[in-house]
Amino acid sequence: MATSSKLNSKIPEGTLENKWTKYRSTVHLVNPANKRSLEVIVVGSGLAGSSAAASLAEMGYKVKVFCFQDSPRRAHSIAAQGGVNAAKNYQNDGDSVYRLFYDTIKGGDYRAREANVHRLAEVSGNIIDQCVAQGVPFAREYGGTLSNRSFGGTQVQRTFYAAGQTGQQLLLGAYSALQRQVGMGAVTLLARHEMMDVVTIDGKARGIIARNLVTGKLERHFGHAVLLCTGGYGNVFYLSTNAMGCNVTAAWKAHKKGAFFGNPCYTQIHPTCIPVSGDHQSKLTLMSESLRNDGRIWVPKQKDDKRKPKDIPEEERDYYLERRYPAFGNLVPRDVASRAAKERCDAGYGVGASKMAVYLDFEANMMRYGQIEANKKNLHNPTKETIRALGKEVVKEKYGNLFDMYKQITDEDPYEMPMRIYPAVHYTMGGLWVDYNLMTTVPGLYALGEANFSDHGANRLGASALMQGLADGYFVIPYTIGDYLSEEIRTKAIPTDHEAFVKAEAEVQERINKLFSIKGTKSVDYFHKALGRIMWEKCGMARNAKGLTEAIAEIQQLKKDFWSDVRVPGEQNEFNTELEKAHRVADFIELGELMCKDALNRNESCGGHFREEYQTPDGEALRDDANFAYVAAWEYKGESNFELHKEELKFENIKLAQRNYA
Amino acid sequence: MSHGNMNLTLKVWKQKNKDSKGRFETYDAKGISPDMSFLEMFDVVNEQLISSGKEPIAFDHDCREGICGMCSMYINGRPHGPKGGITTCQLHMRSFNNGDTIVVEPWRGAAFPVIKDLAVDRSSFDRIMSAGGFVSVNTGNAKDANNILIPKDDADTAFDAAACIGCGACVAACKNSSAMLFVSAKVSQLSLLPQGKVEKQDRVLNMVKQMDEEGFGNCTNTGACEAECPKSISLENIARMNREYLGASFTQNKK
Amino acid sequence: MSKKSGFLSSSIGKKFLMGLTGLFLISFLVIHVTLNSFIFFNDGGATFNAGADFMAHNPIIRILEIGLFAGLLLHIFQALVLTLENRKARPIGYAVVKGSANSSWYSRSMGILGSLLLLFLVVHLSNFWVPTKVAVFNHTAHDTFAGMKAVFSQWYFVAIYLVGVISLLYHLLHGFQSSFQSLGLNHKKYTPLIKALGMWFSIIVCLLFAAMPVTMFLGIIK
Repeated sequence: MATSSKLNSKIPEGTLENKWTKYRSTVHLVNPANKRSLEVIVVGSGLAGSSAAASLAEMGYKVKVFCFQDSPRRAHSIAAQGGVNAAKNYQNDGDSVYRLFYDTIKGGDYRAREANVHRLAEVSGNIIDQCVAQGVPFAREYGGTLSNRSFGGTQVQRTFYAAGQTGQQLLLGAYSALQRQVGMGAVTLLARHEMMDVVTIDGKARGIIARNLVTGKLERHFGHAVLLCTGGYGNVFYLSTNAMGCNVTAAWKAHKKGAFFGNPCYTQIHPTCIPVSGDHQSKLTLMSESLRNDGRIWVPKQKDDKRKPKDIPEEERDYYLERRYPAFGNLVPRDVASRAAKERCDAGYGVGASKMAVYLDFEANMMRYGQIEANKKNLHNPTKETIRALGKEVVKEKYGNLFDMYKQITDEDPYEMPMRIYPAVHYTMGGLWVDYNLMTTVPGLYALGEANFSDHGANRLGASALMQGLADGYFVIPYTIGDYLSEEIRTKAIPTDHEAFVKAEAEVQERINKLFSIKGTKSVDYFHKALGRIMWEKCGMARNAKGLTEAIAEIQQLKKDFWSDVRVPGEQNEFNTELEKAHRVADFIELGELMCKDALNRNESCGGHFREEYQTPDGEALRDDANFAYVAAWEYKGESNFELHKEELKFENIKLAQRNYA
Repeated sequence: MSHGNMNLTLKVWKQKNKDSKGRFETYDAKGISPDMSFLEMFDVVNEQLISSGKEPIAFDHDCREGICGMCSMYINGRPHGPKGGITTCQLHMRSFNNGDTIVVEPWRGAAFPVIKDLAVDRSSFDRIMSAGGFVSVNTGNAKDANNILIPKDDADTAFDAAACIGCGACVAACKNSSAMLFVSAKVSQLSLLPQGKVEKQDRVLNMVKQMDEEGFGNCTNTGACEAECPKSISLENIARMNREYLGASFTQNKK
Repeated sequence: MSKKSGFLSSSIGKKFLMGLTGLFLISFLVIHVTLNSFIFFNDGGATFNAGADFMAHNPIIRILEIGLFAGLLLHIFQALVLTLENRKARPIGYAVVKGSANSSWYSRSMGILGSLLLLFLVVHLSNFWVPTKVAVFNHTAHDTFAGMKAVFSQWYFVAIYLVGVISLLYHLLHGFQSSFQSLGLNHKKYTPLIKALGMWFSIIVCLLFAAMPVTMFLGIIK
C-alpha cells in the first residue's frame, strides 16, 4: 500500500529519537518584529486552545481566541478527572520516554504514527514542569515531591493528578496563562462566539466567520493562520460524557472546505460510567479510570441473580477482567474493559434494573487500606468494623468527590454497595487529518488536541488526552507554526470586505435563513436523539457490515427529515440556544454518515473500532495489518460523497503484534 | 412524552435581553421523574414549549457534571437550589415534592447583567483573572517539577482554594453581591505556593482593584458565600486575602 | 499618602476600617460596662459616682472621649458608604430569598441593628451624657446615680434600653468575630476561640447592661 499523493505527513528524517530535536533546531523561524504583524486565530479554549493561544501570544503573535462558552475556563477539558501522563520516572519503576511511546502505540492498537507519538512522549515531562511553574496544585507526598498513580494499559505509575479534578486544574493553569495575555492586550478574547465557517483564499485558510451568540450577529475575522482546538465529536451519539455544547461544527466546516477527516470511526467507549437511568437523560457521567486502581469489577456467576451484591458470596462472583487478563487485571485499556463489560451484559449476567451494568466494588480494598491504617495507628486486634471505617476514610480522601457525585446521581451510597457502571462514549481518537506540523490538508489551517486524529491510534490510554492537548499547545505548535508563518511575513492583513469573506458569510446567512424557514414540527433534540440511537446501536461498541449499511441509509433519511421538519424557534439576532443546537446537529448528522462509511470500510477490528466479523476466538479485536495499517483520510467531495485517501503507517521501531494484556 | 409522575409549577424569570425589562412567567412541568436533574427537567419543559410553538427558556449549562461552573440558577431563594455543595446540574428532582412551586431567577448583581432569561454575563470574573490571577511564567521557562518542594499541607490547602469553578454562586448568595470568595480563592491558591509568592503583592492589589471596578459589593462576613459554594471554598481564603491586601498596601516597595 | 488613600477607598480597606473602629468601640464597651457595674455594689451609688466623677474629669479620658466619638462617627460614616455601594451592586433584587439557609439573620441585618443602636444612643446620650457635660461645664457636682434612678423609674425608658441592649447583643454577636475576619485574622485553631469569646463577651456585656435598668426599675438597686 502506498500513501496517497495528496497526503504529506512531513515526518522529519533521522532516527526516531532525533527527529524532534533536529526538527526544532532547523525549523524556519519568524523574527520578533514580524511576529507582531502576524495574526493567529484560535478556535476553542480547552487545554489545546488556551495553551496554544497563551504560548503564541507570549512569543509575540497577535492572537484572537474564540469560545462558545461564557468563559474560556468552561471548556470541557475542565471535566477530565483522573490525571495526566508524563515519562518522568519519579517512581523509579522503569518508566522512560520509550516506554510511554511504546505503551501509547500498543494501547492505540498500532494505528498511530510513530514520530508523533514519540514527540508526545518526549515533551510529556515539560508539561508537568510548566504546569507546576504556573501553580497547578498537583497531589504531593509528605516529602513535598509530586505524587503518581497508575492508569489503564500501563505497568508503571506515571500519572500526575490533582484529586479527581486534574483536567480542571490543568485547564485553569492554561486559562490563567491565557488571561494574562488577554490582560496584556496580546490576546483578544471573544467568548460566546461560535465559529460558523473557515474562510479560504487561494487555497489557504485566512480567517473565519463567527456568530456572536449574544447578539446573533455574524462577524468576519482575519488570521494568517487558523488553529482549530475544538475538541472531539462524541456528542454525535447524543449521550456521551461530553459537555452539552461539545460539537463537531468547526472541524466539519473545515472538512467541507478541504481538510481531510482522519479515522472518523475511532471512538472511545469508556468502561466506567454511570448507567443510563431513563429516556430523559441528557448526558452520561464518567467515574474516573483511577477508580479501577482500587475497585474490582465483577458480575454474578449466575444469570439474573436477584440477590443484593453483598449477599453474593465471593465464590459466586465473576471478576471477569482478572480472570481474562491476569497480567493487567482491572487495569486493561479502556476498549478491552468496555467490550468485556458488554460481553458479560449481552450474555445475560448484567446487574441492576436494566441489566446493562456491572459492579465496581471497593469493599476488598477498603478492608486492605483499613488494615494498613490500623497497623500505622498501632491498633491491636481491631474489629472488622474499625478496619472498614479506617479504610473508608482512605477511599474518601482519594475519591470522595467521585463517590459524592455517584450518590447524587443514583441516590445509592457507593461506600455501602458497589457502584453500578456501564461503558459510555467518551472520546474520539479520529479527527482532522494533520501532518507532523499539526497542519491539516488546508495550508494555514491547524488542528490541535482532540480535534486532530494524530496520537492515539485506535484507542487512547487513560490520562493521555490531557497530555496531548497540552503538548500540542505548549510545545509543538509554537515551533511548527513557524514553518508556515515564516513564508507569510509578506502577507498583509487581508481586509474582511474581501470577496471570500463576503461569500462565506453569505453562505452562513443562507443556512440560518433556511433553518428558520423550515418551521417544522420537531425540535432539534428530537433529531439529535434519533441520530444518537442509530449511532449507538449500529456504530457503537460493536459494529458489523449489515448494521453500518443500514445506519448509512437511516442517517441519510434522517438528514432529509431534519431539513424538512425541524423547528427552530426565536430569531437570529438574539441569544438563541436552539439555533446553536440546530447548526451543531445538522453537522453531526453529516459526520455520522462519514463515521459509518469509515467503519464499514475498515474491515478489521482495532482498538475502539470493533467489527464483529473480525475477532479472535477469545473475542479480542483482530487486526489486519497487511491491508489496514493506514490512516483513513476522507476528502469531502459533495453531499454524501467522500473520497478515501490512505496514509500508510510505517512501524520502524516497534514490532507489530497482537495486543496481549493477559 | 411522560417520564415520571411529578407535576410542578415553575415561576421563571423571562427577560429578552440585557436592555429590556424582565418579568416572571409561570410554566407547568408535567410528568417529571425524580431521577432527572434540575436541568433535565428544564429540557422537558423546553421541549414542550417548542412543540407548542412557544419560545424556550434560555439558561446557561454545559458539562452537566458539576465542574464547568456554567449553570447558574437561583432556585427558591438559593443559588443552585436547596442542597448544599452541588451545582444546579447535580440537583435532582427527588429533592422536590410533587406539587411544589419552584421560583427560578438569574444570578443578580450589577457585575452580572442578564443576557437573556436565566443566563447572565460573568465576564467580570475573566477580567479579574486578567488583572493578576496567574503566575507570570512563559511557556518553556520552567525547571524540573520536583525541584520545587511543596509541603503536602500547603499543596492541599492550595488545591482546596483552586477547586473554585467560577460559577458565581458566591456573588449570587451574598446580600451585597460581593465577589470576595471568588477572588480570594485565586489569591490564596497562588500565595500559598512558592511559585506564586514572587508576585503576590501585585497580584492581590491588582485583582482587588479590578474587582472593585467591576461593581461588586463589599464583604460583610455573613458566610453565605461559603455555605452556598458548590465546592465549599472556605472563608479563610477571604481573611487570607484581607491579610495579603493589607500587607501589600503598606509594605509594597513601589510608588 | 496616595497609597494610603488608595487602601482606604478599596472595598477591603473600608471593611478594614469598619472592623478596626468596631473593635475600638468594643474596647470602650468593656470600660463602660465595668464602670456601670459599680451600681451592683448597691451602696447607694457611692462607688459608681466616684467612678463617674473620675471619668468626667480625668483629662486623659477626655481626650479618649474625643477619639471615641471620632471612631463612632467613622464607623457610622463607613457603614453608610458601604450600604450605598452595596445597594448599587444589586440594582434588581430577588423575588425569593432564603437567607436563613446560608447565614444568620443578624449578620444580614447589621445596618438595621446599627441604626437602632444609633437611635438608642441619641436617647442614651441625652439621658446621661448631656447632663454630665452640663454639670462639668457649670462646675457643679452631678449625681449620675440619681440620674440613673430617675430615668429607670420610667417603664418606657426601661423598654427603650432593653431594645437598645438587644440590638447591641446581635450587633456584637456578628460584629465581634466579623471584625477579626475583616482584619485578616482567621485561623483554623484560633477562629473557633475568637467566635466563642465573641459570643460570651456579647452575652455577658449585654446581660450586665440589661440588668441595670431592670434592677433599678424593680427597686433591687437602691
